[in-house]
Amino acid sequence: MFNKILIANRGEIACRIIKTAKSMGVLTVAIYSDADKNALHVQMADEAIYIGPSPSRESYLLGDNVIAAAIQTGAQAIHPGYGFLSENADFCRSCAKQNITFIGPPVAAIEAMGSKSAAKNIMEKANVPLVPGYHGDDQSNEVIKKAADDMGYPVLLKATAGGGGKGMRQVWNEQEFAEGLAAAKREAMSSFGDDTMLVEKYLTQPRHVEIQVFCDNHNNAVYLFERDCSVQRRHQKVIEEAPAFGMSEELRAQMGESAIKSAQAIGYQGAGTVEFLLDVDGSFYFMEMNTRLQVEHPVTEMISGQDLVEWQLRVAAGEILPKTQEQLVLNGHAFEARIYAEDPNKDFLPATGKLSLLQTPVESKHVRIDTGVRQGDEVSVYYDPMIAKLIVWDENREKALTRLSKALSEYRINGVTTNIDFLYNLATSQPFIDEEIDTSFIEKNNELIFKNKQQLLQNELPIAALYLILTRQHKTQKDALKSSDSNSPWHNANAWRLNEPYIHSFVLAHNETEYNVEIEQKNHGSDVNYSLNVNGKQFNCQGSLNNDLLITTINGHRSTTTVSLINNNINLYRENGVFNFIHILPDCGQHDNENGHGGLTAPMNGTMISVLVKAGDTVSKNQPLVIMEAMKMEHTIKAPSDGIINEIFFQAGDMVDGGAELLAFSEQINVNDEA
Amino acid sequence: MAKIISKINTRSQDFLDNAAHMQAQIDDLRAKISEIKLGGGERSRERHLSRGKLLPRDRVNALIDEGAAFLEFSQLAAYKVYDDDVPSAGIITGIGRVSGQECVIVANDATVKGGTYYPLTVKKHLRAQAIAQENNLPCIYLVDSGGANLPNQDDVFPDKEHFGRIFFNQANMSAKNIPQIAVVMGSCTAGGAYVPAMADESIIVKEQGTIFLAGPPLVKAATGEVVSAEDLGGADVHCRTSGVTDHYAQNDHHALEIARSAIKNLNNIKPINIDIQEVVEPEYPSEDIYGIIPKDTRQPYDVREIIARLVDASEFHEFKALYGNTLVCGFANIFGYPIGIVANNGVLFGESAEKGAHFIQLCAQRKIPLIFLQNITGFMVGKQYESGGIAKHGAKMVTAVATAQVPKFTILIGGSFGAGNYGMCGRAYDPRFLFMWPNARISVMGGEQAAGVMAQVTRDKKEKLGETWSESDEQAFKQPIIDNYEHQGHPYFASARLWDDGIIDPADTRQVLGLAISAALNSPIDDTKFGIFRM
Repeated sequence: MFNKILIANRGEIACRIIKTAKSMGVLTVAIYSDADKNALHVQMADEAIYIGPSPSRESYLLGDNVIAAAIQTGAQAIHPGYGFLSENADFCRSCAKQNITFIGPPVAAIEAMGSKSAAKNIMEKANVPLVPGYHGDDQSNEVIKKAADDMGYPVLLKATAGGGGKGMRQVWNEQEFAEGLAAAKREAMSSFGDDTMLVEKYLTQPRHVEIQVFCDNHNNAVYLFERDCSVQRRHQKVIEEAPAFGMSEELRAQMGESAIKSAQAIGYQGAGTVEFLLDVDGSFYFMEMNTRLQVEHPVTEMISGQDLVEWQLRVAAGEILPKTQEQLVLNGHAFEARIYAEDPNKDFLPATGKLSLLQTPVESKHVRIDTGVRQGDEVSVYYDPMIAKLIVWDENREKALTRLSKALSEYRINGVTTNIDFLYNLATSQPFIDEEIDTSFIEKNNELIFKNKQQLLQNELPIAALYLILTRQHKTQKDALKSSDSNSPWHNANAWRLNEPYIHSFVLAHNETEYNVEIEQKNHGSDVNYSLNVNGKQFNCQGSLNNDLLITTINGHRSTTTVSLINNNINLYRENGVFNFIHILPDCGQHDNENGHGGLTAPMNGTMISVLVKAGDTVSKNQPLVIMEAMKMEHTIKAPSDGIINEIFFQAGDMVDGGAELLAFSEQINVNDEA
Repeated sequence: MAKIISKINTRSQDFLDNAAHMQAQIDDLRAKISEIKLGGGERSRERHLSRGKLLPRDRVNALIDEGAAFLEFSQLAAYKVYDDDVPSAGIITGIGRVSGQECVIVANDATVKGGTYYPLTVKKHLRAQAIAQENNLPCIYLVDSGGANLPNQDDVFPDKEHFGRIFFNQANMSAKNIPQIAVVMGSCTAGGAYVPAMADESIIVKEQGTIFLAGPPLVKAATGEVVSAEDLGGADVHCRTSGVTDHYAQNDHHALEIARSAIKNLNNIKPINIDIQEVVEPEYPSEDIYGIIPKDTRQPYDVREIIARLVDASEFHEFKALYGNTLVCGFANIFGYPIGIVANNGVLFGESAEKGAHFIQLCAQRKIPLIFLQNITGFMVGKQYESGGIAKHGAKMVTAVATAQVPKFTILIGGSFGAGNYGMCGRAYDPRFLFMWPNARISVMGGEQAAGVMAQVTRDKKEKLGETWSESDEQAFKQPIIDNYEHQGHPYFASARLWDDGIIDPADTRQVLGLAISAALNSPIDDTKFGIFRM
């Protein structure tokens, strides 16, 4: 076994690897960029080496720097984690040159799987099933139809020159074929001037089921069962589970053996994942093989009782696999939910900010949290905004799912927008419970998952409002203690007025809808009641606040809510999810400043694509100044008025935080008016 | 301390009738206030809002600390005084807590006659300044006023307690380190220009606030110069060029934030030098007071029942309970503050007055604030009492009241007639605050007595001339006098003329007193030097 390894990664996976290494008595070296100098993985490791500025292509992606760090610290092996350098054949080769063990597959295996089409060819030769298709040059209708008939309906006709859905057509049965082909060809011809067609089997409800395989360099190979990763959005996995529901032992064995065959076809070593499309009829087709440890590996660990990182280290050190296929037992059911700093309501726009509040569910044999951040850490613009992986396990799917939704409802984050609520809605949606899942799950169940909580607000708005009032009262009471006159009734935030009702009024926003809240406080001795009206319904409320626990009685219904308030962001952690309200402060004209100068700020996190002006330029109103890219969209920032560019703070290629000032701009003083 | 044990039966028919009677008066008061607080009516409010300005009450709400109380003064000022309707005299004044500091706030209501100063506007403004001065409270002026109300200039401009006094007070308060902060949120013309100019720190809202000695029309008339209001005296002119204002605000909210920040930087410490106890709510609900006050004002009741509903834990250390018992004196706490209470429990006799003078001496010596609960028809009259020296005994009490340097607070809980008003710290005796209950009445004597006296004088005159005067003629003579006394003695009439600082709901008395005492303690309590007591 190695004495010391370097982890060429950051965040939760670096921490995850360090944990196992520590338990095995292996010393660890972390690497870090500017943004990560105080990161958890750096603290956890025995040593850490600075490898460059924050952007990953100037730090974590620089293979030479990583290898230099390994040499400097005497690390014998490098664990690449996932992402970054994990599937980089050149890096793997450089490690070998320096006699450093790359904890992963051989270079050839990485290269073989690097190209999807080449990989498919290899798999075809190894008799691994591929999605049936005809890509031939013979374009006669008969040949194409024969191919379709052979693979079975439905099929998908695609123009080889196609794109954007043009020249694409589903054909559901043999009778429709001729007509469908003609129509697709016509469309392809008119769109692309080329009506060359290919035909593929059309999977109506495909599932993404992947097999975890492990090979050592003693010709042993096992599969550690499967994971169902069908729930995806834009090819990003959202919730994974293991085992896949509805799997028969036979199918599992078939897929497992197929996966082993795939791995062996490329001389694989270490941990790998073979991804399949699984059709409703039980047929499955090779998609691709990932030659690294997957993000979602913990669900496999939970049901197999194995530590895959330990296996990786052992295999890399030349040991034989710790278990044989017969010794591996599938036990129970596990889910993983990826907790991200992102806004599901804004097309999953990544979010950044400080994790001012971060409280996780209690970890146990049922609940595991893999994370690389602590309360107070920053989610920066530089890296993947994953905050944590929440993994749960129980005897069966139903129980595990209950644990998942409970743990999600106990996750408390404030300061950064997260997808926890979205995950909760997903995990508790009926189709998910009922296993009605395929790769289009999120699209299909859009309404359920992004359920409009407007109707629920009738209950949540009074709670949020009450929370704000009680927080104020607590704060003033606390401030009062500092005063020389701490009993003064002026310290009570009770909105007392002479001969008028006592009204607390403020603006709360939920999902960008603003609510003008007016709450009347009524005191009967020490008994304090609050009443407010939401959408015409009257609410009588009472409440008490004890740290982050708010007990409310609203129209006679007593309940407890965990709450947090950070920077005017109110989060209510309720049994049915997280409700975020923003306490909108009055507009103090912050956007103008005293000189009438305006800075121009980035509308969101992104990259500066180009700067069209330079300092000192005179520009006219609406003249484009800079172009930013964010979420694959370009945003042009224009001059708000005629003016002069004083200074530009970013260059093309720079990463920019949302809200950051891009350039200093002063409004043109109109000389004619002055005269 | 001994608890007052209430003997009130809250289920008795009398109690319920009394409560209903008081409730009706409270309802009437609240209805009036809710109308008054709308200011100058729907159209002028809308016009005000459409300019991007906040309504004056919303300005006050935004200025004070979140959720903090606002002790408003004289809500009924100018009520039915002028031919015009001038709600609250077009100015909102009161004490609010700003950045943790109790401050006097004076806010013009531009929706009422353009915020111009009627005579009572001036009086209300000066009264707020007096409160600031006596209690050492920083002043924040939210200025949005067209200046003096020209048709009324003779009652606004020339005299000592007129418009000019505002700036005299600003200068003299500033001299005493009572901070003067002005926020210019609208026009500030002519004399009004001196409010920000005389302030220690001034803030102006861009495109809203203007300050000039003469507005564009007057400038044009005087010199022919044509200039816009903004160019003549807007925020840019005064923050960049003239230096009349110190802070440039983007809008009303911004200006109020700057004012809060200015207060935060005063480096003021409240000079608390009294023994503050834990706060304990009274044993009995304050709403009981409604049922305790007899519907029929001639019916007596025990004022201790009221005290039991005002003071902490209903505990009362009574002084000389067995002597001069038409005046109840004793020590208690309100919101933990030690206080001395002087409360009428019948007509004042010589002994009661002597006891009162003694008690006031105790409080002055011990620096304990004094609360007067006035319900007094006057000092006892008649040969026996005159020869017993009621006048000199009364004089002792008046001397003690007049010269005691502790903060004094007066609540008119019933009648306030004649010299009783003096001995019980009426307006002329500079109580820090004076409030009335809706059932209170104030006049030189009761309407019946006044009508009786005047009828007697008339009858004597007629009899001297040998004329006769029938009973019915006498009654016809008396009735208008009685009616007039009732009208002029009514709290609405009194409050409209600022004979008090406002009418309060009896159930709010404890709260109002708590706020007022706390505010008063911003000023250190001086040693008292009493005048000569006639022995």
